[in-house]
Amino acid sequence: MHEKERAPTPEQAARHAITRYHHDPSCLVQILHDVQDALGWLPPPALTAIAETLGISRAHVEGVAGFYSFFHLEPVGQYRIFFSDNITDRMLGAPKLMAMMCRILNVEPGHRSADGAVTVGTTSCTGMCDQGPALLVNGFPVTRLTQERIREICNLIAARAPVKEWPKEFFLVENNIQRSDQLLKFRLDPGSALKAAVAKGRDGLLAEIHQSNLRGRGGAGFTTATKWEAAKKAPGPERFVVCNADEGEPGTFKDRVLLTSYADHVIEGMTLCAYAIGAQRGFIYLRYEYRYLVPHLEAVLRQRRTLGLLGKNILRQADFDFDVEIRLGAGAYVCGEETALIESLEGKRGTPRIRPPFPVTCGYMGKPTVVNNVETLAKTCLVLAESADEFAATGTPQSSGTKLLSISGDCARPGIYEYPFGIGIAQILEDCGASNVQAVQVGGASGTCLAPYEFHRRIAFENVSTAGSFMIFGINRDMFEVARNFVHFFAHESCGFCTPCRVGTSLLKNLMDKMHNNKGANYDLSEIERLTDILKTSSHCGLGLSAGNPVITTMSKFTDVYVKRLQPFEFEPEFDLDKALARARQITHRDDTEAHFQDEREILS
Amino acid sequence: MSTEISHHKTLSESIPRKPRIATTSLCGCFGCHMSLLDIDERILQLAEIVDFDRSPITDIKHCGPCDVGLIEGGVCNAENVHVLREFRANCKTLVALGACAINGGLPAARNTIDVGECLAEAYCTPAIAIENPGIPNDRELPLLLDKVRPVNEIVRIDYFLPGCPPSGDAIWQFVSALVTRRIPRLSYALIKYD
Ligand SMILES: Cc1cc2nc3c(=O)[nH]c(=O)nc-3n(C[C@H](O)[C@H](O)[C@H](O)COP(=O)(O)O)c2cc1C
Ligand code: SF4
Ligand code: SF4
Repeated sequence: MHEKERAPTPEQAARHAITRYHHDPSCLVQILHDVQDALGWLPPPALTAIAETLGISRAHVEGVAGFYSFFHLEPVGQYRIFFSDNITDRMLGAPKLMAMMCRILNVEPGHRSADGAVTVGTTSCTGMCDQGPALLVNGFPVTRLTQERIREICNLIAARAPVKEWPKEFFLVENNIQRSDQLLKFRLDPGSALKAAVAKGRDGLLAEIHQSNLRGRGGAGFTTATKWEAAKKAPGPERFVVCNADEGEPGTFKDRVLLTSYADHVIEGMTLCAYAIGAQRGFIYLRYEYRYLVPHLEAVLRQRRTLGLLGKNILRQADFDFDVEIRLGAGAYVCGEETALIESLEGKRGTPRIRPPFPVTCGYMGKPTVVNNVETLAKTCLVLAESADEFAATGTPQSSGTKLLSISGDCARPGIYEYPFGIGIAQILEDCGASNVQAVQVGGASGTCLAPYEFHRRIAFENVSTAGSFMIFGINRDMFEVARNFVHFFAHESCGFCTPCRVGTSLLKNLMDKMHNNKGANYDLSEIERLTDILKTSSHCGLGLSAGNPVITTMSKFTDVYVKRLQPFEFEPEFDLDKALARARQITHRDDTEAHFQDEREILS
Repeated sequence: MSTEISHHKTLSESIPRKPRIATTSLCGCFGCHMSLLDIDERILQLAEIVDFDRSPITDIKHCGPCDVGLIEGGVCNAENVHVLREFRANCKTLVALGACAINGGLPAARNTIDVGECLAEAYCTPAIAIENPGIPNDRELPLLLDKVRPVNEIVRIDYFLPGCPPSGDAIWQFVSALVTRRIPRLSYALIKYD
């Protein structure tokens, strides 16, 4: 991006970014992005300059910068490469490709090369599961990696070619829409849903949304109209609409497609909400991995302003002013949780708040705020422009309308599938060309793992509920490794605020690794059960509450893959005790018998 | 909720043979043992219903077959490992007593630092006047592990009693349940710390 330009000083970069964001400390995350863009990383003088200029504490600035994966507090390469580490990328060969790249570039995974040119590491799911393996280079996704493409990338890096001059086809992100229904078939004439709403008035609009029985598509399935009404009724002059485009759940990529090709639907949905509740400002909280979509989204916003669909007196209504700003995340799954998202929007670490109060009464800046998923917002247009009754008639009585599924893994046709709620798992598998299926992980890492005897079940809030992730595993996949990948994901993404999750996810990860290294015994299995129980009962937010799910479900449904790893003794340490004395032996120059351990397993009698 | 044991008569009546208890402090501060003494006069009741094997209380040097072993402190050196293995081999039920045993506790704060650097800082820093600076290497001294470990990373542990230290009441409820072969349950108040 900025490889060839002369870098400004940290102080200049800080001043420039802060001016751009009008000295507003709530824009700290955005300011850090700008400074990092200018400098390549966030050196200590830059943090100091930001703190001093904004008049906030240095510790706060560093605390925020240190929270997000994509902010670098240590020097990183001019090329920053992060391989998506979701299980679907792994199944497509990502680890081998990464090892190959590290070999060619002579760099240690997770480190910067000796010449300072490149850093290679991994990152959580980048939302390209249907066209993986994928990586991010300086924030831009490269999809469909092959050995050849890795070689080409290494050559470009060796030649120090700026990323913006790399071949365009590297950065091709396809929509892969495989099945369209109500929403994906619906061509919105920008402003038409809004006009219908204004004709009905605020209460009329709310009544329509109610009538449709639309429920949130971001995971929890909360009734959208109820949420909007609560925000409308909450006291205070200011209200906010937030589009949750954090899409961090591993295996989910439907919001990316909506933002790519249905951005008008999404933004019109935000505007409908603003009209209903009386909000003047809206935010699209976009995950960093989708940063490449910013120019496109900005263009759609500009066009809508030109059309009088954003800005002052929308549709010439006297009391209808609303505009939308894009706010970029910086690599934190937990920021998809609505209160963590709001914290991040306020320029803080993404720590989930205690609820209640809920965002509808006390959200952004303590003001009433509606947070809705991208898909939920797009669907509100459908309700308005077509009919609420028709919407309510689709799907099942408790789950009206359609659901977008992001299908990836072992199938012939991965991509986006839109189905009415109530669709059976078996039918989906048939449609996407999946055979010999061992399991389906529905709802991402935090979701449910279904075995073939459950494939008669259906996608619906009251049956198999999902925010859209649908990962398929063929009979040759090792379901233990699938669960282990998810456990690593949670340990990495735990925000660290509460002990059960901060410590629990790490301990769980260690135990799964111990099993993986064939050191696990019966005792470790019961420890795993104990930990998942603690996570489920004591965590502060949904991340920790569901972090044990992949283990619990695979353990009960695919018990074999755990049992076959068990060692025939009761317990063995995960590490080599004698090696643990090696350093002390070296310092003290001792090698006597007392300076060593004998092997002493607890053999099952 | 746990049931409080009120009459030691019923306790002794319910026990055919006196259970044996062993206790030890590995890498701990003896605070957990102080808390054990904090059960006050109930220690007499306890002494009546159990026999103490290896323990700082008895000064017995090696552990024989026992019903219950209480381990205070984490594992920081080779000797701790030997003692812990001896307890595991001899105790039917092994309990990690207190934060250090469960998590490594304060001593584990050295885990991010190289053990050589730690020792050099303690024994070779000119600023803290030490005679004959140098890292001790007598064969009598147990070698330090590279990291301080919780006890359940070295041997299997049956129960964890949290607290720094667990209160005398918590220890009493827990131990008296164990030796009367009831499942120990602690009321919330006994394991709530903030
Ligand atoms: C750990 C965690 C991560 C979440 N990630 C997302 C996300 O990426 N996108 C999303 O829309 N909702 C996510 N949610 C759910 C949001 O908290 C919230 O329920 C949702 O945005 C509400 O919108 P809806 O009513 O339209 O579904 C997440 C929740 C948790 C607990
Ligand atoms: S459960 Fe995990 S992610 Fe949620 S607040 Fe606690 S530490 Fe943070
Ligand atoms: S848990 Fe507390 S009281 Fe017990 S040994 Fe450790 S520091 Fe001492």
